[in-house]
Amino acid sequence: MRRLVSGNEACAEAALRAGIRFFGGYPITPSTEIAELMAEELPRVGGVFIQMEDEIASIMAIIGASAAGVPSMTATSGPGFSLMQEGIGYAAMTEVAVVVVNVMRGGPATGLPTKGSQADFQQARWGTHGDHPVVALTPRGVQECFTLTLRAVEISQRLRVPVILLMDEFIGHMREIVSFPEKVEVYHRQKPRVAPSEYIHYAPDNNYNAPYASFGEGYAIHFSGLNHRSDGFPINDAPTIRWNNERLRAKIEDNLAYLEDNYVDDDPDADTLIVAFGSAARSAYEAKLLTDKPIAYIRALTVWPFPDATVRRLAKGRKRVVVPEMNEGQLAREVERCIGTDTELVSVTRNDGSMLTPKEVLEALR
Amino acid sequence: MTPAKASSRKTSFSPMIHSYLRMDERFPHVWCPGCGIGIVFGALIHAVHELKIPKKKLLLASGIGCTSRMPGYLDADTFHVLHGRALAAATGVKLARPDMEVVVVGGDGDMLAIGGNHFIHTARRNIGMTCIVLNNYNYAMTGGQQSPTTPRDMFATTAPYGAIDDPVDACLLASGAGAAFVARTTTYNFVQLKRLIKTALSRKGFRLLEVVAQCPTIFGRLNRIPTPKDLVTWIKAHTVTLEAAKKMDAKELEDKVVTGVFVDREVEEYSERYARLVKKVRNAH
Ligand SMILES: Cc1ncc(C[n+]2csc(CCOP(=O)(O)OP(=O)(O)O)c2C)c(N)n1
Ligand code: SF4
Repeated sequence: MRRLVSGNEACAEAALRAGIRFFGGYPITPSTEIAELMAEELPRVGGVFIQMEDEIASIMAIIGASAAGVPSMTATSGPGFSLMQEGIGYAAMTEVAVVVVNVMRGGPATGLPTKGSQADFQQARWGTHGDHPVVALTPRGVQECFTLTLRAVEISQRLRVPVILLMDEFIGHMREIVSFPEKVEVYHRQKPRVAPSEYIHYAPDNNYNAPYASFGEGYAIHFSGLNHRSDGFPINDAPTIRWNNERLRAKIEDNLAYLEDNYVDDDPDADTLIVAFGSAARSAYEAKLLTDKPIAYIRALTVWPFPDATVRRLAKGRKRVVVPEMNEGQLAREVERCIGTDTELVSVTRNDGSMLTPKEVLEALR
Repeated sequence: MTPAKASSRKTSFSPMIHSYLRMDERFPHVWCPGCGIGIVFGALIHAVHELKIPKKKLLLASGIGCTSRMPGYLDADTFHVLHGRALAAATGVKLARPDMEVVVVGGDGDMLAIGGNHFIHTARRNIGMTCIVLNNYNYAMTGGQQSPTTPRDMFATTAPYGAIDDPVDACLLASGAGAAFVARTTTYNFVQLKRLIKTALSRKGFRLLEVVAQCPTIFGRLNRIPTPKDLVTWIKAHTVTLEAAKKMDAKELEDKVVTGVFVDREVEEYSERYARLVKKVRNAH
């Protein structure tokens, strides 16, 4: 079925269809419509909506609900996303599946409440303290708000990780035709099949797609944000800490093929490659269509983990790589890591709350 | 926090207490000898046992601090959350699984400073849970800094000249926020402590129990009351019952801790209200 909806509406609708049954949130422009829709729809499907006292409470409440077995989500924007960082780290450390939608606006501080940006790209990766991998997805338009929300829920449940969906104000409030599928495949986490005495919550094979216990199922599980051993109990010795860190890293690195998601439009004759994501990629692609020169193009849908290998391969032998984005050059830093010194990096940035235009990108392609 | 040394004596814990603990190499536990936390933990286990709350239904959540290390030792579902955030996380658990018996423990800093906002709002919403604030008058885990309950003129490492802040009253705060059950006791009074935990566990909505407890290692030492016995005696000397307090004037009550039940009322707890809302919405369609 095809309908004209906004990005925020598409996101909420996808969340419900993906099986999200708990939403804890705090109002913030430009994400509020997601909370409002969830408040209206969740009771209808027997789920829980609660408006918490702040974003810290919101992230903790969804972690609690998810640990108790209910697929959970929150939605926020810059200031709230900053407040959630410690909780996102807790979800990563305790391996609790949650989806955090950040409808990006300008910053820092209160910044630009009603205007869009892509300035939380690096915060999504490095916003929490400590070092651990992160999964973040970026839609280019309203249709992808739907599909990537579905995917965010699925990844979070399969890998027991927090997944960040980086939308932005432009997409959140923009209306486009979305084709909604009749049926959506939903991955349901499986309950352990072993007796409680045999069950180990962080067992080596208890990672990708594995069954895992929730509260209230008789498995006496222990969650702790401290570095812990395989039963969740905190312990301070170096080998256990290494094991714990390695486990968090492996679940992302061992699953790169599953996580990686790019739109690639290569052209063997092109001496220029565009790398972009999200709404800026719309203008970038428009510019590619407007120029008569051959241009290679990659748009990352999964931005974290960053598609290093793919960008490296596509950039190889090119004269230059053009990186359009709506911040002060955060994506350019990532791309720079991946390209050789023989390739010129052209960073095209706009950070004033307005949409980067195809014309601005086109100038860089001259 | 100094780790407790493994006792050379053979410990004779009651087998009942043992049956509620994760008896593996986690012991010895992290708490100091003479600490009040064990008394509260013991009372909680007795209360759970006497009320026959099935382990499978029990969740013990906590934030960060000495007190908050409790869940790690309990053989039930346990949730050691972030500093100050246990009530918010426990709210998620309770709404996801209203059939679970949720207990949240934390220190005075955890619950009333960094977690103060969650404390107010969890009480206001009357989320169904028992919240035990262990008030040892300081931030023990981090070495004795001033907390929101440090009494005026007493010492902490960040109040080296004596505290000039007025302390907060957890029971008044919870009452004002709308909690269904509010009570206070001390570790001196184990019988009342156990009874109040049982009462709290039998009520609906948000139930606060503040327990004034000794931290001899840090608060006691900084305030020249360093032995557990002297500190418990000091707590007792400053305690008056609610009945006795009614006959005392403000001046006499100035440095006193009033114990007893301040609020005990019937409420429809949040998850019940929510279930009713779901029913209403679904019937309308
Ligand atoms: C966000 C954050 N800030 C600070 C700390 C450091 N910290 C750990 S425990 C604690 C205070 C503990 O005091 P209290 O809550 O009263 O519990 P107690 O140790 O006395 O039982 C602090 C400040 C932390 N873990 N997290
Ligand atoms: S509260 Fe005080 S006495 Fe108890 S374990 Fe902590 S430091 Fe030791």
